[in-house]
Formats: sequence, C-alpha cells, structure tokens
Amino acid sequence: MQLLNTLYVTQSASYLRLENDTLCVEIEHRVRLRVPLHHLASVVCFGHVSLSAPLMHRLADEGIALVLLDDHGRFKARLEGATSGNVLLRQAHHRRVDDAVFTLETARTCVAGKIKNARQVLLRGAREAKSTTDAAALARGADDLAAALRGLPQAADLEALRGFEGVAARQYFAVLNLIVRSDLRAHFPLDCRTRRPPRDRFNALLSFVYAMWMNDCRSAVEAAGLDPQIGFLHAVRPGRAALALDLQEEFRPLADRLVLTLINRGQVNPEAFVFREGGAVMLQDDARKAVVVAFQERKQETMTHPLLAQPIPLGVIPLVQARLLARAIRGESDGYMPFVMR
Amino acid sequence: MLVIVCYDVNTETSQGRRRLRRVAKICESTGQRVQKSVFECQVNLMQLDELERRLLREIDANDDCLRLYRMADTRGCEVRDYGRFKATDFVGPLVV
Repeated sequence: MQLLNTLYVTQSASYLRLENDTLCVEIEHRVRLRVPLHHLASVVCFGHVSLSAPLMHRLADEGIALVLLDDHGRFKARLEGATSGNVLLRQAHHRRVDDAVFTLETARTCVAGKIKNARQVLLRGAREAKSTTDAAALARGADDLAAALRGLPQAADLEALRGFEGVAARQYFAVLNLIVRSDLRAHFPLDCRTRRPPRDRFNALLSFVYAMWMNDCRSAVEAAGLDPQIGFLHAVRPGRAALALDLQEEFRPLADRLVLTLINRGQVNPEAFVFREGGAVMLQDDARKAVVVAFQERKQETMTHPLLAQPIPLGVIPLVQARLLARAIRGESDGYMPFVMR
Repeated sequence: MLVIVCYDVNTETSQGRRRLRRVAKICESTGQRVQKSVFECQVNLMQLDELERRLLREIDANDDCLRLYRMADTRGCEVRDYGRFKATDFVGPLVV
C-alpha cells in the first residue's frame, strides 16, 4: 500500500484550481505550488481557502477527499465522491452494532489499545527523565495504567468501560506534564484535558494534532468501506463520526508524543499562542504550519506493525487498522486488534 | 520511481510549435518542470507507461526527440540541485 500525500493549505488567501491534471495553488495571483493529482490522497484547507468548481469536480472523480477545517483545525466539512465500498460490509457493520457482545469486545480492545500506547509514552518518559523524582512519578503513572489494563476485562458493559477509560485518562494526564522539559514546564502546564475550547498551550496543541489524526482515521474508515458514523465505543449521535473516533483512540498517545517532541525540541515556542477572551488558547499561523509539517514528517516514519510484522509508514497504519476492523466486523477474524507501539 | 523526461521538439513549423505545447502540457500534468524542456516525474510503472504512451502520440519521430530516464531508487539522493530553482518534493510534507 502506498502512502499518498496530503496537501495542507494553511494560508487563507490561497486559491486552488485545476490546471491540466495538476492542482495549482495561487496566492495573490501568483502560482505558489503545482502538484500532480496522482500524488494526492486528500486536500486539507484551513480557514477561508477558495477552490474552483472544476477542481472540486475533479477531486470527487479521482476519489481525493477535500476537507475543510476552520482556522483552528476544527472540522467543518468534507467533500467525498460517490460512496464506493462494499454494501455487504456496511450491512454487516450495521448488524454488528446490535450484537452486544461484539460491541463490548471491540470497544474494550479500542480502550486497551489506547491505554497500552499511553503507558508506553509514560514508560519512555520515565526512561528519559532527567530527575529521579520525575522518573518515579512517571513510572507510578505507568503502573496505574497497567492496573487499569488489568481491570478492563471486568467491565461488564459500555458504561463501566467508559468509566475505566476516564479514570485511566485522568491518571495519564496528571503525570504527562512531567515529560515536558523542566525549563518549559511553566509555559506548558497541563493539569487536565480541556477542549472546546482548549484552555492552555498544551491543550491547544493536543486538540490541533488530534484533529489531524481524526481526519486521517476518518479517511481510513471510509477507504475501508465502513460507515464512519456507526461506532462501538462511541455512541451514535447525529453528525458524529463515531467509528473514526473509536479507531482514533489507539492513536491518541502517538499524537501526545508528537506534541511532547514539538515542545521539548523547541519547535513550537510559548509565544506562538494567542490567548482569547474567555480563556481559549489558539495556535498562531506559523506554529500551525510547523505542527502540520512535523505531523506529516512523523507519518513518513516507519514502524513495525505487530500483527503484520513488517515495517509500515505510520501514516498508513490507520488504513491497515481500518481493514483489520472491517475483517473483524465481517467475522473473518476473532476480533479487532488495536495497533500497539513498542 | 523518479523519471526524468527531456525533449527537443522542432519548432520551425507551426505544427512543431503545437507539438511542443502539447508535449509540455502532458509533462506538466505528471511532474514538475525543472528546466525549460526537462521534467522530473514521481510515478509508478503504470503511470510511466501512460506518460510514455501519451508523449509518443504527440511527438514526430522524424523531427523531434524524446528521452526518458528512470532513476534507481536511492532514497532521496537521486538529485543534487544547485542554483535558483527550488523543486517541490511531492512525497514530503506539502504545506502552503
């Protein structure tokens, strides 16, 4: 499977149009970039980017997803061509949701994948910690997550499972901040997760990177021919891509790790944030671009997939996972196996 | 796979100039222009075949010449570039 690229347009003065078989990005009537369409899997536009109608038609024809996000990376809309995929798979998917055992087991593996990956983040933080107290606290956090993992099989229904997940998330975010370089900790405090809006720099970064992963997970689910709105862990709600959210869970710790890297390497400065009235914190243009570039580069890195036992670019893993999920839904495998990093 | 496409199209006649425009258009749709009649195209085998077929349909074998170079995959060290022109890496992050 080839990892096709995603074009991110972050400048709102841009105009995208079709020229020959290439996508042409113009800023103030000057051509900034020409990309042949065969390189692209999706086009993601931030803010008020304009597009020509012929381009939109062509993107739909080629099966290239067009995603519109607002200035802060929040999802607005998505243009996708005619529904392809397999109707039998979608039917199986719809039936599976009524199967309480399958739903609970799939939800359980999603949560387990997330907690396992989160634990790896803490363990690695503990290994690399500069001070022994930090290392000890992080190791304690990892132990808490291990305990949460052991508790998961006892969850008898979805409510109980979500409860376990919430407790584990709180324990995780309570210590995550210790992985931030000690001289930057004052600028990037993190006590708990806040969203809509994020209320500190750390949360602003997390929300932004989660939004990117969410787009990729949604594309992956759609590419596998599943219905993105029908999830197992996440309840069905109008307009919510519940299955994409399910799939995203195991990738959240990977997003957290990217955010930590960005902060610790100084790729995002404390000055790169805007504090709005009412306490919302937003990323500024340049920082947003830096995050997108880092995210794209991270997706090129290869990781060994534990199930397929071969190196795969990180950006392709959601696609692989979506297919594993499809196999589980059709009953071709014993159940879904989340991606667990080492 | 990186493919370098170079061409010389005889532009003495108006048909020649028309051929030149059409050849350039085909190349533009698959890769990026790095010099006046040199293009770099990142393609797979199928796309290379398609590109070749389209180009051969346009050029005149008696007057023009066309060369396609297939670069061995050397992990991003295929090209060393100097000077004014800055190429886009279509595999790397595409952010405007």
